[in-house]
Amino acid sequence: MHNYSCWLFLLLGISAVGQNCQSTLSGKTIDFHNNSPLIGATVIVVGPEKATLTDLNGNFTIKGLCDGTYRLQISHPECLTKTLSVKIDGETFVEIHLEHHIDQLEKVVVKGNAFENALKSADEKRLSSKEIARYSAGSLGDALKKISGVSSLNTGSTISKPVIQGLSGSRILIMNHGTRMQAQEWGAEHAPNVDINSAGSISVIKGAAALQYGGDAVGGIIKIEPERVPRIDSLYGKTLFSAARNGRGASLTSSLTKSYKNGWFAVLQGTLKRFGDFETPEYVLSNTGFSEKDASFRFGFDKYTHGLEAYYSYFHSELGILSASHLGGIEDLFRALESEKPLIIRDFTYKIDAPKQEVSHHLAKLKYFKRFKNWGKLTLQYDFQQNHRLEFDRRRDSEDNVRPAIDLTLKTHSFSADFELNKINGFEGKIGIVGRYQDNYSNPETGVKRLIPDYWQLDFGGYAIASYDFNEKISAEAGFRYDFSHIDAYKYYATSLWEKRNYDEIFPEFEVKEYGTQLLTHPKLDFHAFSATAGINYAFDEDWKLLFNYSLASRIPNPSELFSEGLHHSASRIEIGDLRFGKETANKFSFSLHKQSEVFSFSLSPYINLIDDFMLLEPIGARKTIRGSFYVWEYRQTNARLFGMDFDASVKLAEQLRSEHSFSIVKGKDVSQKKALIHIPPANTLNRLIYSTEKMGNLRIALESKYVFEQNEFPNNNFEIFLPVSQATETVDISTPPEAYHLLNFYAGIDLTKTKNYRLRLGLDITNLFNKKYRAYLNRQRYYADNLGRNFALRLNLNY
Amino acid sequence: MKFIKKENDNFQKIAKTGLLVLTSAFFAACSSDDDSIPEIINEEELITTMKVSLVPENGGETLVLNFQDLDGDGSNEPIIDSEILAANTIYSGTILLLNETTDPAENSTLEVAEEGEAHQFFYSNNAGMITNYTDEDSNGNPIGINFSLETSAATSGSLTIILRHEPNKSAEGVTDGNIENAGGETDILVTFPITVE
Repeated sequence: MHNYSCWLFLLLGISAVGQNCQSTLSGKTIDFHNNSPLIGATVIVVGPEKATLTDLNGNFTIKGLCDGTYRLQISHPECLTKTLSVKIDGETFVEIHLEHHIDQLEKVVVKGNAFENALKSADEKRLSSKEIARYSAGSLGDALKKISGVSSLNTGSTISKPVIQGLSGSRILIMNHGTRMQAQEWGAEHAPNVDINSAGSISVIKGAAALQYGGDAVGGIIKIEPERVPRIDSLYGKTLFSAARNGRGASLTSSLTKSYKNGWFAVLQGTLKRFGDFETPEYVLSNTGFSEKDASFRFGFDKYTHGLEAYYSYFHSELGILSASHLGGIEDLFRALESEKPLIIRDFTYKIDAPKQEVSHHLAKLKYFKRFKNWGKLTLQYDFQQNHRLEFDRRRDSEDNVRPAIDLTLKTHSFSADFELNKINGFEGKIGIVGRYQDNYSNPETGVKRLIPDYWQLDFGGYAIASYDFNEKISAEAGFRYDFSHIDAYKYYATSLWEKRNYDEIFPEFEVKEYGTQLLTHPKLDFHAFSATAGINYAFDEDWKLLFNYSLASRIPNPSELFSEGLHHSASRIEIGDLRFGKETANKFSFSLHKQSEVFSFSLSPYINLIDDFMLLEPIGARKTIRGSFYVWEYRQTNARLFGMDFDASVKLAEQLRSEHSFSIVKGKDVSQKKALIHIPPANTLNRLIYSTEKMGNLRIALESKYVFEQNEFPNNNFEIFLPVSQATETVDISTPPEAYHLLNFYAGIDLTKTKNYRLRLGLDITNLFNKKYRAYLNRQRYYADNLGRNFALRLNLNY
Repeated sequence: MKFIKKENDNFQKIAKTGLLVLTSAFFAACSSDDDSIPEIINEEELITTMKVSLVPENGGETLVLNFQDLDGDGSNEPIIDSEILAANTIYSGTILLLNETTDPAENSTLEVAEEGEAHQFFYSNNAGMITNYTDEDSNGNPIGINFSLETSAATSGSLTIILRHEPNKSAEGVTDGNIENAGGETDILVTFPITVE
């Protein structure tokens, strides 16, 4: 018996051709152990039944394929025949590892995708590099809205935070290149500090089930993964330039990859964006311009048995906040609500003035992995992140506007070790530990009371997950995780609040010293959190499968929920956290039914998320100050229930015509107080008609319709307020959501030139085709101004 | 580490060195915590107090309306002291803004005066009083730190004083004291109960 290895190493360099039937699947079959090509392997594409043999170099090419997911059957006299699924889509490089045990071959199916799914029993929706390119000039939050069940919490047009099945902020965990982002995500106006162009793929896991990343993702997980680098001697790059009418700006992003057959690689990438004031159908949104500068570099080697990778990325953005949204108290808000147009409208400018944000984020990471024969793969990672957030307010002395009102530096060091066990008899497992140290520094030079106090936090966590394949059709997975956190903060409280909340009786040990109206305290808090998951994947046949997942997630309160106290200028409201908070615990049950076929595919995913001690921020009344009255928003804990459904479908109408549909709805209820939860995204449906042909330069035309319903379930937090200006008692309506709206978008793309060595593609995007005037419930600027009007954007995409 | 031994020596070294570097970096990071107490911030932009002094033109005692909220946006209610005004009298008014959390108290009226073009006070009342501006910014528009107030018949009601930052002084009626079209951001909004006898 030969004990030769049939480790197949397939490098599928799929030549990038639009959504058509001229795609070419090419690849190489390599014997893993000696890197020698496997000659004469039969490769069959199931469905079109196209077949070929690998040549003397192990290479093969299959032409004339349509984009889509295929099953590949690879047979070789010395190896076991196996089928695996491969998604042919643009320039996706697919890396496939084959092992000589049947059981280990199972894994190939999962790994057959360029990017591995974290879970078997929960849905993972992914944006391809082609889709990401469309949002190259935009933000992560905007791009993700394409995925059903994902919406966004916006502050104006540039700050966009993803919302997954109704939940956002600290409930969403962002894994950027394998590193958990620590970027002060607790703030509603804090967008993820990620350059969307650094991603090869972005995927969303709607829930906390992927315990290897954390146990506190009550809402879900967003994974941003780099493009796979093929193990071939090559140098390639891509450059994307786009210019837009609305905002009168442009974005340029470029990346260059050098790879070697021996596994070494280096990737350099950078992005520049600059936009001026954006416009609604009727007026300029003054001071909404932004600028972004990002760069990243990674290098290392991947020799399959072991590998090392170093990654560094820098992100810097400067974002203007709509001038008219910077207000005094409730009286100003009332004026803004009464006015059809924003109270400040100036001529278009590129200048970004206060109020504005300036954020920089450094991420450095070192990762090493090693595979142990018969055991599995050990991965060690250290990463460091530094997030520096500056927020500038309009000050009384305008010359002082250059001095930030918020100046926070958050440094995070993390170390993790994970061990992935080889699959044995259908069983596979993964265990890991993580340790994290975080330090927040709030610069006192601002002369403004700290919104977030100085603190340090230490976290330790450990998890174990396992999955078992009962047979070809049924597999199950389960896991648990434990996390310990210690928070050590120094905070100056207003003595009046400290006493009003009875903190002086509950936490006398935290009191340090009194300074006039302020009290220095030293809170030290410990949290223990357990999380767990269990799920089943049942495949009826090739086309149909059913997933069920249960997850238990525990999230400890974030610094904002614990320590907020005082006027949050950029939100024009007083926000008060609660030092007494414990963790929130979510029990989520999700089901998913999938059908996948060439003509008709769909998935239907209902879920219910029961959250105990859910932390939410809600207006509770008004407080009189020298600046007039301000709303007081207080954090409270309650029991919440979110249930909803996401639906996706894709239908092939004709050879070159396809339609795509999605619909999502979520209902959120405060079970304790028997009322609707605040800021739950309204139901929405996205429908698309796509024409694509291999002729006329891979012409692709798409028409997209987006309908967002009116949110009719919301808590009524309106209060009657006496307004001195009008000498009348008025109801300031901050609760009623805006009306439903319907937007049409248009997209077209065509190859200008295409040769063996490079391809230049031109794209035209028109969003809000009919220049519709609308406001969105989850946009904090809805009180002051309309959303964006029509936009024309031209994109030039060069691959070389 | 047992498994590594079987493999290539170089990578054993890399792995060990890597581990060492990572572990030491991690612990270095953890021990670098500065337990120093952060310095106190006294809100610089804070205005705790507004004093409106009213000097009767025909002589008599100066009246002072006082609004004081020492804990700013804290949960304590402000203290408001008013006075009884004389009927059919013209007062010369002056506004003084203070931050009394600092020692000595900071006079914030000076900042308003310095940036007079970007600020304007507005007065509204339902006690039959007439107010007029008696000062000017560099463009000849009113600021409203100084004003005149004329009472008529005996009554009671309230006087509201509003300071707007970046008002549109060229909008209709604004220089006459009509706040309707002024726009801008409210920096001060204080209401005093008024009794005219």
